[in-house]
Amino acid sequence: MAKPAKVLLNVPAIKADFPILQRTVRDKRLVYLDSAATSQKPKQVIDATSDFYSRYNANVHRAIYELGEESTREYEGAREKVAAFIQAKSAMEIVFTKSTTESINVVAYGYGLKGKIEKGDEILGTVMEHHSNHVPWHFVKDHKGAVLKYVDVNDDGTLKMEQYDALLTNRTKIVTVTLCSNVLGTINPVKEIAKRAHEVGAICVVDAAQAAPHMPIDVQSLDADFLAFSGHKMLGPTGIGVLYGKPDLLEATEPLLGGGEMIREVHLGWAKWNDVPYKFEGGTPNIAGAIGLGVAVDYLTTIGMDAVRGHEMEVTEYALEKLARLKGVQTYGPRDVTKRAGVVSFTIDGAHPHDIASILDVEGICVRSGHHCAQPLMERFNLPATARASFYVYNDLDDVDALVAGIKKVQEVFA
Amino acid sequence: MSISYDMYQEQILDHYKHPRNKGPLAGASKNARDSNPLCGDEVVLHLKVDGSDRIAEVKFEGQGCAISQASASMLTTIVKGMPLAEAGGLGRDAVLKKLGIPLSAVRLKCALLSLHVLKLAIGQKADVGT
Ligand SMILES: Cc1ncc(COP(=O)(O)O)c(C=O)c1O
Repeated sequence: MAKPAKVLLNVPAIKADFPILQRTVRDKRLVYLDSAATSQKPKQVIDATSDFYSRYNANVHRAIYELGEESTREYEGAREKVAAFIQAKSAMEIVFTKSTTESINVVAYGYGLKGKIEKGDEILGTVMEHHSNHVPWHFVKDHKGAVLKYVDVNDDGTLKMEQYDALLTNRTKIVTVTLCSNVLGTINPVKEIAKRAHEVGAICVVDAAQAAPHMPIDVQSLDADFLAFSGHKMLGPTGIGVLYGKPDLLEATEPLLGGGEMIREVHLGWAKWNDVPYKFEGGTPNIAGAIGLGVAVDYLTTIGMDAVRGHEMEVTEYALEKLARLKGVQTYGPRDVTKRAGVVSFTIDGAHPHDIASILDVEGICVRSGHHCAQPLMERFNLPATARASFYVYNDLDDVDALVAGIKKVQEVFA
Repeated sequence: MSISYDMYQEQILDHYKHPRNKGPLAGASKNARDSNPLCGDEVVLHLKVDGSDRIAEVKFEGQGCAISQASASMLTTIVKGMPLAEAGGLGRDAVLKKLGIPLSAVRLKCALLSLHVLKLAIGQKADVGT
């Protein structure tokens, strides 16, 4: 998307919805810049989950009584909202999991390990993936003899697309890629990646953990075969995640969890599975989590995902400009905010990222430090660690200014 | 400097910026390395032990945050000249007292990494309770 005219969200009004943003840390205003790890939650989401427990708590899909009808209606209503949020054709294409991590594992296990992948088949990933889009595929390699290959990144944080073309062969069965990097902020050309994958008969698995919270997603237009994201990074509760899949592929995928909920009939020694998506939801699901996620989707939809993205482009642009002016501070990833999201990794000469985070913490500023669950990417850039600030709808330019002031403090300490 | 910057008091910054006994050690008889998987802090220790089982020379190498590297530097000053057995018996308090600052659980791992490596070098079961 091109960068829209300068429009910032009404951040004070949004902030008022987030109880945690009213608190202080050591008498300092809380400046929360770690939404890439997990977002804060608006009171609408918090209330929706507590409402479930205080007003209509009952298991779903089983209870005959009124409470169970209500909980089932709300739970399935959340599935509808999530489907609409990513332009799925039907709610039946939406599987509730506990997280992105579980979603990717369902695909790696049920489609890869127990399904379609044979010895010598190739799975093509990238070096910028989060560990949760690396390790499940290691399992497929270890148990099925699949061959893993990786597309490298350019120094500017974009994928080497010509290398992608070269690595893609008719032995490639799965291409798996993050829509948005949690370290570099890079937004990958997934539509193009999926198109080329389909040309060689491969499927495309998309990690949308950092994308779904921050930009409009259209699974039809992307032509993604599977797409995974987490509720907790998009204003929703922890412990609820989403796996979108094309119906025929979900059909062809074996469930990870056997148990109640996921069966049609059970006999001694064998069972018939329930229909998609229920066959993937073994056991009592995270009902409150799903309902809370549905309300988070409502909240984001009311703001509008184009507006969310536009706001974050503004804040990110401002942050990149401010940080670029600080001597001894490096940022990583694309410089063009139309090609990146509001995740800004940075380092400061002479100060280790942990010390940066500790000193910023003293100022009430929350940033992440470390390898961000992306060790292969850190190795690629020869970085032991970075500090990372990430923005969301409740961050404004003041928060960036606080970060810049904090960075100057760090530089004073380590001067 | 305000009280909240205690963690980065002069002593620690001094050891971080001007580490004691840093570098390789030719002819070291005991060497060990470990890293903190959470943050990638790394400490390598080299010991030279003399005829009476004393640590005649000690050097460290590594990279990481101020807490991990300052504590490694401090540890070398503690154990230099110390009987091996006594060094092997050092507890976490020896390091923490020298650092002299309150640490959160996460930063404790940084602070105790070098002690852990010392125990590895001496060949003891390394459990400093991080
Ligand atoms: C790009 C990316 N993928 C996957 C994940 C894993 O998400 P979760 O821990 O919610 O499963 C994260 C979270 O940090 C992420 O940033």
